[in-house]
Amino acid sequence: MRESDAPIVEIQNVTKAFGRLKAVNDVSLAIPRNAFFALLGPSGCGKTTLLRMLGGFEHSSTGRILIDGEDMASIQPNRRPVNMVFQSYAVFPHMTVAENIAYGLKVTGVPRAEIGRRVTDAIAMVRLDGMATRRPDQLSGGQRQRVALARALVKRPKLLLLDEPLSALDKKLRGEMQLELVRLQHEVGITFIIVTHDQEEALGMASEIAVMQEGRILQVAPPRQLYEHPTRRFVAEFIGASNSFACEVLAIEDENARVTSPLLGELVVERAAPKVTSGTLIIRPEKVRMDFSNPAPQPGEALIRGTIDQIAYFGDLSIVYLTAEDGSRLQCSRYNVSRIAAPDPAPGTACTLGLHPEDLLLVGD
Amino acid sequence: MLGRSPLGPLEYTRRLWLRSWLAAVFVFLYAPIVILVVFSFNDSRRNIVWQGFTTEYYVRAAENASLIEAFTNSLLIAFVSTILSTIIGALLALGLWRFRFPGRAALDGAAALPIVIPEICMGVALLVFFNRVGWPTAMPWPLNLAPIIIGHVAFSFPFVAVVVRARMAGFDRSLEEASKDLGASEWQTFWNVTVPFMKPGLIAGSLLAMTLSLDDFVITFFTSGPGTLTFPVQIYSMVRFGATPEVNAASTVLIAVTVLLTVIAVRWQRPDKEAAKLG
Repeated sequence: MRESDAPIVEIQNVTKAFGRLKAVNDVSLAIPRNAFFALLGPSGCGKTTLLRMLGGFEHSSTGRILIDGEDMASIQPNRRPVNMVFQSYAVFPHMTVAENIAYGLKVTGVPRAEIGRRVTDAIAMVRLDGMATRRPDQLSGGQRQRVALARALVKRPKLLLLDEPLSALDKKLRGEMQLELVRLQHEVGITFIIVTHDQEEALGMASEIAVMQEGRILQVAPPRQLYEHPTRRFVAEFIGASNSFACEVLAIEDENARVTSPLLGELVVERAAPKVTSGTLIIRPEKVRMDFSNPAPQPGEALIRGTIDQIAYFGDLSIVYLTAEDGSRLQCSRYNVSRIAAPDPAPGTACTLGLHPEDLLLVGD
Repeated sequence: MLGRSPLGPLEYTRRLWLRSWLAAVFVFLYAPIVILVVFSFNDSRRNIVWQGFTTEYYVRAAENASLIEAFTNSLLIAFVSTILSTIIGALLALGLWRFRFPGRAALDGAAALPIVIPEICMGVALLVFFNRVGWPTAMPWPLNLAPIIIGHVAFSFPFVAVVVRARMAGFDRSLEEASKDLGASEWQTFWNVTVPFMKPGLIAGSLLAMTLSLDDFVITFFTSGPGTLTFPVQIYSMVRFGATPEVNAASTVLIAVTVLLTVIAVRWQRPDKEAAKLG
């Protein structure tokens, strides 16, 4: 393997315009080898367009795309070292499972004996043993997806593209397939690029996530960093839930900023990135401490008084929606760790919220 | 307990008047055909009273040289025009389904014209056309059938196009993309993915084209000459001298051929047959 440290995919200043709309707007991105990379964003953010450009189904208006150091501009989809799992799976309805998987090898002239061997291996790899002669209409959605996966992986691409692969599956199956995809990625050692609008899916599977909005990439980071150190308010609110507070920056102190907020008073909080010099304070709902007595603040803690509006009970956790003294809306989640704990408080109950400055973060708008 | 459950809104078959209506419709539709077939075995010169069973008129029809010639002409015309109109119709359907180009709407409308304009107009138009271009009339068989074949292709390919297009409307374009993604060229994709999906539409369309060609009278009448009579035109000229059981016999054969072709085609495109063979 040459230059194994070099990124497998380099996207350089790529723009894709459909008429006046820029679906992808000046995106630059390097995807490391062997990554499980997720493109995450709301629908219409350009993530699918970007993926389709890697597959060769869309052409960039400007910019370059390199795969393994090779410029892809003039290379047709059927000549790219890339395979795709389509959102609809696109399993050929008139072929059996084995014929579907063998198709990509057959059309490129791989010898018969080798096709047989590789198809058998691929069927075993995606755990479809005994299904080789079935037709797609005799398969469940999950099985069809495994066919699509095997069909792409049997080609041994440098890059596997997955377009919303789990969106058509029910929740339980989705969880199983997430584990399965991660296992497969480790097993085959191919870079996976997955497009999804589901943040849990991205957090649970990916080694690195790029968050997109309106054709631009806002942040690229591993899951934990993305959740705990979002650099932009959009990222913070798109990945997980967050409470936001307007604030004014008084001074920049190295990594931190001294800020003042009408609700929280004056505090020193961490800045999400060096370039963040103003913006919004955020805190994740599970990091808010809720108390029903009238407690004294713990050292350094900011206190907010509020009233409970509504409680959503999810079994493992409850989300409490509150209104603070100044009318702003907040949320706070509580894990139901004990089976016999006191029930959730009723709406209308007054309570105190404790926010530790360490859990607050200054993010850019 | 109720004697019988109340009628549901769609339980038509439990209403007597609807059942009678249904029976009446079937009688009106099929009684003439049944009578035609039955009287082809009638041992009588006239077609009015049942006299007794005979297959004599089948023998006579088979010995009628001009009838056999017309039958051969019809089959040959149907065969060639079906192939041509299936190809042209399928290509038209693919072009209209797949591409956006200037004049697409106009082409779409123009292609449907042969379906809507009266057959008699088309017949006259073709007659005038072949005269204008000075199409050679004294050609040896089977080349002298060319005007009829051209006429048949002209009115049947739009039907094929309509059927094939309806089929393609349900096609997932990502199947083609998947094929290319897996390394197939445009041609490989077309033959391995698009055509198999199109197949039921092609079969249905070609059957339609064949039936239209086999029983077309008006357009054929205007484009055929003395040596190029087709089966329907020949029967018409025989009926003018009285409807003998010979005509019935010949018609019955035509019906049998058509039904047989339909059954074969329906059997052949049944998907579960192939699956059962493999499984």
